Amino acid sequence: MTEMNENPLDLLPEVLLAASAVLGLLLGSWLPRARQWAVGLLAVVACVAGIVAASVAAAEPATTAFGEAFAVDPVTAASRIVVLGGTLLVLGVSFRPLRGDPRESEFYVLVQLAALGALMMAGTQDLLLFAAAYLLASIPAYTLAGFRKDGPGTEAALKYYVVGALLGVLLLAGVTVLYAAGRATLYPMLGDALRDAPEPLVAVGAIGLLAGVLFKAGGVPAHFWVPDAVQGSSAPVAALLTTLPKIGALAALFRVGGAVFAGSPLPWSALIAVLAAVSMTLGNLGAFFQQDVKRLLAYSTISQVGYLLLPVAVVDRSDLAQQAFLYYLAAYTVTNLGAFAVVCALPRAHTLDDYRGLAKDRPLLAASLVVCLLGLVGTPPTAVFLGKLQAFSAVFDGGYAWLAVLAAVNTVASLFYYLRWIVPAVSRGDSPGPAEGDRTARVVAYAATVISVGLGLAGGPVLDALAGPMSP
Amino acid sequence: MLTALVFAPTAVALLLFALPRRTAPAVFRSVWVTASAVELALVIVVWAGYEPGGGMQFEERARWIPGAGVSYHVGVDGLSLPLLALTCLLFLACALYSLRENRRIREFAALFLFLQTTCLGLFVALDLILFFVFFDLSIVAMYFVIAGWGHRQAARAALKFFLYTFIGSLALLLGFIGLYLAASPHTFDIVELTEQNPLAGRSVYGALVLLAVVVGLAVKTPTVPFHTWLPPAHVEAPAAGSAILAGVLLKMGTYGFVRIAMPILPEAWRRYALVLVVIGVVSVLHGALVALAETDFKRMVAYTSVNHMGYIVLALGAAAATADSSEQARSLAVTGAVTQMVSHGLLTGALFLLAGVLHERGRTYDMGAYSGLAAVAPAFAAMTGVAAFASLGLPGFSGFIAEFQIFTGSLGPQPLATALSVLGILLTAGLFLRALRQVFTGPLRLPDAPGTPRAFPDMRGHESLAVVPLLALAVVLGLAPRFLLDVVEPASRSVLELLAR
Repeated sequence: MTEMNENPLDLLPEVLLAASAVLGLLLGSWLPRARQWAVGLLAVVACVAGIVAASVAAAEPATTAFGEAFAVDPVTAASRIVVLGGTLLVLGVSFRPLRGDPRESEFYVLVQLAALGALMMAGTQDLLLFAAAYLLASIPAYTLAGFRKDGPGTEAALKYYVVGALLGVLLLAGVTVLYAAGRATLYPMLGDALRDAPEPLVAVGAIGLLAGVLFKAGGVPAHFWVPDAVQGSSAPVAALLTTLPKIGALAALFRVGGAVFAGSPLPWSALIAVLAAVSMTLGNLGAFFQQDVKRLLAYSTISQVGYLLLPVAVVDRSDLAQQAFLYYLAAYTVTNLGAFAVVCALPRAHTLDDYRGLAKDRPLLAASLVVCLLGLVGTPPTAVFLGKLQAFSAVFDGGYAWLAVLAAVNTVASLFYYLRWIVPAVSRGDSPGPAEGDRTARVVAYAATVISVGLGLAGGPVLDALAGPMSP
Repeated sequence: MLTALVFAPTAVALLLFALPRRTAPAVFRSVWVTASAVELALVIVVWAGYEPGGGMQFEERARWIPGAGVSYHVGVDGLSLPLLALTCLLFLACALYSLRENRRIREFAALFLFLQTTCLGLFVALDLILFFVFFDLSIVAMYFVIAGWGHRQAARAALKFFLYTFIGSLALLLGFIGLYLAASPHTFDIVELTEQNPLAGRSVYGALVLLAVVVGLAVKTPTVPFHTWLPPAHVEAPAAGSAILAGVLLKMGTYGFVRIAMPILPEAWRRYALVLVVIGVVSVLHGALVALAETDFKRMVAYTSVNHMGYIVLALGAAAATADSSEQARSLAVTGAVTQMVSHGLLTGALFLLAGVLHERGRTYDMGAYSGLAAVAPAFAAMTGVAAFASLGLPGFSGFIAEFQIFTGSLGPQPLATALSVLGILLTAGLFLRALRQVFTGPLRLPDAPGTPRAFPDMRGHESLAVVPLLALAVVLGLAPRFLLDVVEPASRSVLELLAR
């Protein structure tokens, strides 16, 4: 082992976010209620600075920090940019509804801490650090789910918390078992050790680990908190819950799959492939007849986890997997947040019918909704299309043609429920549409739509940037 | 040049949205018509600069997503040029036809202009992903045309259309990915894939990829058994939408066969040619028989589309038969298939616009509700008559040239199938004649419209302006087809050379 390389600058984006969260907490205690937006502004500055720092770091060759516990490689760099960019969008849609709220600064701090947890999960190469990051990502999110302190919010937070606590314990148990089996917590060392470890032990550890990761990602079979938590919490929080923790968890799973389980006696790829298949199918089936838009998006996000798991399944079998995974992650995040931004922009519209006549009142917002929803389907030239193309190519290449076919069939099925939302939005309504709304969220929706299409059209350089090797 | 041709309509569509909302509808209409006319002029310029037999021309290539093997690559040859011209002509006809359209004209015009971009883009695309992008966007745009401006059951028909063709497009995408991974280096470029012939000697892989590609294109074409989305989509769509759907969008499927499936997968195509011949014959007969049973004018025309597209599939299948048929016969079949695409576009486009005229006057497509219209609307009767006769393949019209070539070319390799398909002509002749007699002869009878019985005014200026050029071109092609055939023949010969590898 090399000597400890404790250079905090390697973790600059994370440090910035942590510092801004702590500073925000202190500031929030002193600022008058009308000026608490300054904490939000600080968070925005921290995110922008973090993105800049991450982009600069991304140009350097892959390295590790703090021993080998934290990897600074393309996966980390992409996750950093996506998480911080996603946080910016979430902060954007929260700005209006929280204006003057007694706990405004607390909200911003919690958002930053949740994002920090996601960042740590994405970058860590060590099971113990991973467990800590998991808790850091979870606890602020539980609080945020119940932030409104009303009936549905409390129920959402409770359900989220209970499921999370249970699966978190399983995760810790899994980490323990893996440590017992491999006598190491560092991924590269663990990967070597598990080659000769007894298979049942590895299997138990892997399942425990998967339980926690799938809970964070909202994938089947740990998905049943998603619809209730998303429907019960406020729209900005719902946007956060369906993106930021997911990015961290899936990036971690991608890393674990490549470094730890690739050489183990476990049929890891097949396991993830099955989980992907089940997740996308059940998510789609669940979404079919939803009336509540947030619930519909919640089920849609479960199915999207399935697509995101496609490249994860073939991490060691296809050279295309890493590009596909990271690109899809970015594409999904911005498109999903775009759809949620539309929901945030119309706080009084809850069901699909409430969107009737939107195109007449707010043509641009309706266009954003249509582009984001068709984007989630994977209609070209949006970013998710290119992501899906890459993901399908990767699983084909990795020898799972059946999975690609199943994913294509699921894509068609998903079209059905997205259209159930698009149709009322673009058709004429008799009653006045849900006109009054949130201007900042509207701008965020436009921005996310533009980014989603732009990322799809200019995917070339982005894909090239994602192609570097992972840290050893 | 091609890039300007493809993206100009979308630019105009965006311009329409930049105009203030209160602008008079006439402005939107005239911008639309002008833009379509300019597009047609551009295509004529391209045609004038095109050198027959010169292979791919006006090529443009730019890096797009090199990491994924995708590039922006466009070009025209003898297969795509006629379809480009057809597209521009039909869109101009639709713009003229819609001069009386009042419902949200700005959005309508913008959607059609966008749709024109997708159609033109598809026909010039030389990259599979570019092809797919335009393929999918055309579905999206058409969905909104049907759902937004269709008749009563439009939402349901539009959904069915979207789901069916989207399934097809995803099958197509899987096939494309299969081709991409088979090629080394990995690429989506059609020209490179054609040169590489990546699946030579890999029969199972090739068969699966061909299956995916053919299913995707067959849904769009549509052939039996994937045609069930077509009648409701046609019946519920507005007249201009039906004309584009039948005239241009259906050609995307058959164009894909000659552009992608035959040159890139020659081995698999030859092996399964017989399956295609059978599908073609079944489509021909099924389409004709069901059309014969229809009393709804628009549904009848929709089913004759299944019949006419069947001839194309038959010809493309027969051209691959390795039996000792002459090179010339097979080339004739492919040329006939391309000619049929153009001819069918002109004639069905005209027929659907005329169906729109009928519906606009009488509010129903039911042929039983009309009788003796020739007395009050002689011009309408004459045009419908010409379109119907041309459609059933009477000599002197483009349909005859196309079908004659198809049958002559296919008879050698596939005598039985061709003989069966000729029956299709007989059936369409019967059904068109019956429809003409029903609607135009006998005592005058109009549908019981609620309220006052309304008159049946004859063709209005803009309607004639839209329909007459289509019919006139069909006649010109029927009498002097050389200018088209000179362009198509070298291209179809090169397709056959690629197929023979």
